[in-house]
Amino acid sequence: MPAVDIETAAAVAGDRGTGAPTLRRRPVAGASTPPGDRLFGWLTASAAYFVLILLLGIAVSMAYGGRLAFETFGWQFITGRDWDAVARKFGAFIPIYGTLVSSAIAMLIAIPTSLGIAIFLAEVAPRWLRGPIGIAVELLAAIPSIIYGMWGLFVFAPVMAKYVEPWLNDHLGPLPILGPLFTGPPIGIGMLTAGIILGIMTIPFIASVMRDVFQAVPPTLRESAFALGATPWEVVRKVTLPYTSSAVVGATFLGLGRALGETMAVTFVLGNAHDFSKSLLMPGNSIAAAIANEFTEADSDIYLSSLIALGFVLFVVTFIVLALAKLMLVRIGRNAGTKG
Amino acid sequence: MLNILGRLRLSMLLAGACLAGAAHAAEITGAGSTFVYPILSKWSDDYNKMNGDRVNYQSIGSGGGIAQIKAATVDFGASDKPLPPEELAAAGLGQFPLVIGGVVPVVHLEGVKPGTMKFTGPVLADIYLGKIKNWNDPAIVQLNPGIKLPNSAITVVHRSDGSGTTFNWVHYLSQVSTDWKAKVGEGTSVQWPAGVGGKGNEGVAAYVNQIPNSIGYVEYAYVIQNKMDYAAVRNSAGKFVLPNAKTFQAAANTADWKNSKDFFLVMTNAPGPDAYPVTATTFAIMYKTPKNAARSAAAIKFFRWALDKGQAQAKALDYVALPPALVKQIETYMTAEIK
Repeated sequence: MPAVDIETAAAVAGDRGTGAPTLRRRPVAGASTPPGDRLFGWLTASAAYFVLILLLGIAVSMAYGGRLAFETFGWQFITGRDWDAVARKFGAFIPIYGTLVSSAIAMLIAIPTSLGIAIFLAEVAPRWLRGPIGIAVELLAAIPSIIYGMWGLFVFAPVMAKYVEPWLNDHLGPLPILGPLFTGPPIGIGMLTAGIILGIMTIPFIASVMRDVFQAVPPTLRESAFALGATPWEVVRKVTLPYTSSAVVGATFLGLGRALGETMAVTFVLGNAHDFSKSLLMPGNSIAAAIANEFTEADSDIYLSSLIALGFVLFVVTFIVLALAKLMLVRIGRNAGTKG
Repeated sequence: MLNILGRLRLSMLLAGACLAGAAHAAEITGAGSTFVYPILSKWSDDYNKMNGDRVNYQSIGSGGGIAQIKAATVDFGASDKPLPPEELAAAGLGQFPLVIGGVVPVVHLEGVKPGTMKFTGPVLADIYLGKIKNWNDPAIVQLNPGIKLPNSAITVVHRSDGSGTTFNWVHYLSQVSTDWKAKVGEGTSVQWPAGVGGKGNEGVAAYVNQIPNSIGYVEYAYVIQNKMDYAAVRNSAGKFVLPNAKTFQAAANTADWKNSKDFFLVMTNAPGPDAYPVTATTFAIMYKTPKNAARSAAAIKFFRWALDKGQAQAKALDYVALPPALVKQIETYMTAEIK
C-alpha cells in the first residue's frame, strides 16, 4: 500500500524535525514572490495534492465498488464469519482478524530486532562494520515478497513443522491462558509462520529508518553524556532514545503499514482458510491474501463487490492504525515537552 | 469493474494489434481457464507456424473468461465450468469442449506408493467435510487392507483461489454425498469446512508435498509432472479406477453428450466400468453471430485444426484428446450453430 508508506514516511520525516533545531518556515506565496518561486510552489503543491486526490479516488472507488456488499450485509460484513461463495454470504471477520494478528506477531518480532540492529549500527559497531551491515539490511528490503513467500513455504515451514511447533505444543500448549494459542497439528503453515515471515520482511524497513534517526542525534549531546561518565547503554537509554522516540514510533508504523498490506508472502504460508481458530498454529486468512486469491474467479456480483469491500476495509483498518500512530506521536511529543 | 477491465484489455489488444503492423494473418484473442493455457499456447504456436494466424490467449481464470466473452472483448472465452443453455441463449453464445483432464486425489503418507491408495466418493467427501479426521479411521482402513495407515490427523488441502479444478472436485463430491451437497454445495470456490488452502494447482501440490499426512486434489498433469502420490477412486460402476488417459477417455465416451444441449454436461461420476469419476473438460465459449465475423471464423478454423490434428501435442503435455465421436459431434455443432 503506497498510501501507507507515504503517510508514515511523512510522519517520520516530520518527527525528525520536532527534536532537532527546526528551520523556521518562510512564507512561500505572496505578491512580491518572484515568478520562479511561485512556479516552484505550485509544482510542489500539485505533487502533494496529487497524492491526496489519488488517495481519495482510491477510497471512493473502493467504497463505491463495495457498496453492494455493504448494503446487503451491513455490519454483518465486518462481524460475520461466513465466507461462502455458494450461498453468497460474506463476512470479513476472519480476514480482518488474520490481518491484525499476523501483523501483531510481525511487530513483536520486528521491533526489538530492528531496535537492536539500529542501536548496534549507530552506537556500538566499529566504524568499518557499519557500512556492510547497513547495506545488508537495506538489501533485505529489496528482496521481492514472493521470494520471502517461497522461502517461507519450502524452507521455513518444514522447520516450523518439525522442530518449533511440536516444541510449542509440548511446552506452551499445557499453559492455562496462553495454551490454546499453541495447540493444534504442527503443519508448519499458519498464523505464527506468517507472522514470523512478515516480521523478517519488515525488519529492514524499520531498522534502516531507526538507524538513520539514531545517527542524526547531534554528536554534542552524546559526547556530553559520555563526558559525564555515561556508559553506552546509558547514552542509548537516556539520550538517543528519548531524543528520537517519536521517529522510532514512526518507523515502527511504517513497518506495520507494510505488514498489514503484505500479500504474496502471506498467501504462501498463512494457509488461506476461512476458519476461525484461537490457535496461532492453525491456518487463517488475511484481507490482502483473500483478495489476491479470489479476485480472478469471483463469479457473482456480490462476490466481487465483497472483495472490493474487503479492500475498503483494509484501507479503513490501515487508516485507523495510522491515526493511532499520530495520536501516539502527539502524546509522546507532549510528554517530551513537559519533561524538557 | 469487470467492464473497465474488459475495456482496458481491449485497448491493450488493439495496441498490440497495431504494433504487429501490416501482418495479414488473423489475430485471434481468447481469455479464461488457466487449465487449458499450456495446451492452447502449444497449439497456437504450432498453428502460427503452419498458417500464420496467431492466437493470443490470456489465462485469467474461467470466471474472467466468461466475463470477457460476455463483454465481447475477446473472440472466445474458455471455462472449466459449462454455462447452462438458457444463459448461453440469453447472451447469444455457443460452447463446446476442447480437451480432457482429470482431477486427482493425492496423498502424502510415509511408505505409500503412487496408485495404491483407494478411496470412494463418500469417504473423500467425509474427509473434506472434516468428519473423517484420522488416517486410521475404519472407513479408510476398510478400503485399504494392505496398507499400514498411521494414527495421525489428516491435513486437508484445498484451493484458496476460485477455480475450475475446484468446481469439478466439489461437483463430484456433491453427487456422491448428500451431506456435502447440503452443507457445502458446488461452485468455483466454496466455504471449506476443513483444511488449508493453496493458490493454484502448484500451491496445492506444494502444500501436499510439504505437509506429512495430507491429502489434496490437483489436475492430472500436475500429478504426472510432480510425481505425486495419486490414489484410485471408485466409480459409479463400483470399480476402483486409476486416473490416466484411458480412464479419462472412457468417461468422455460414456458421458451422455448426445443428449446434452450446447454440451452442457459435467463429466463427473460418468457411467461405465472404466470411467474415472472426476474427469473434467474445458469449454470454449463463442458468439453464434459474432461482431467480427472474420476473426471468429479464424478461431473456428483454429479449433477445428486443434481438435483434428492436435492430439499429439495434448498427449505430450499430459492432457487427453477428446474421443473421435465427440469431436465429430462438436464439428457438426460448429457448422450448424456458429457462423
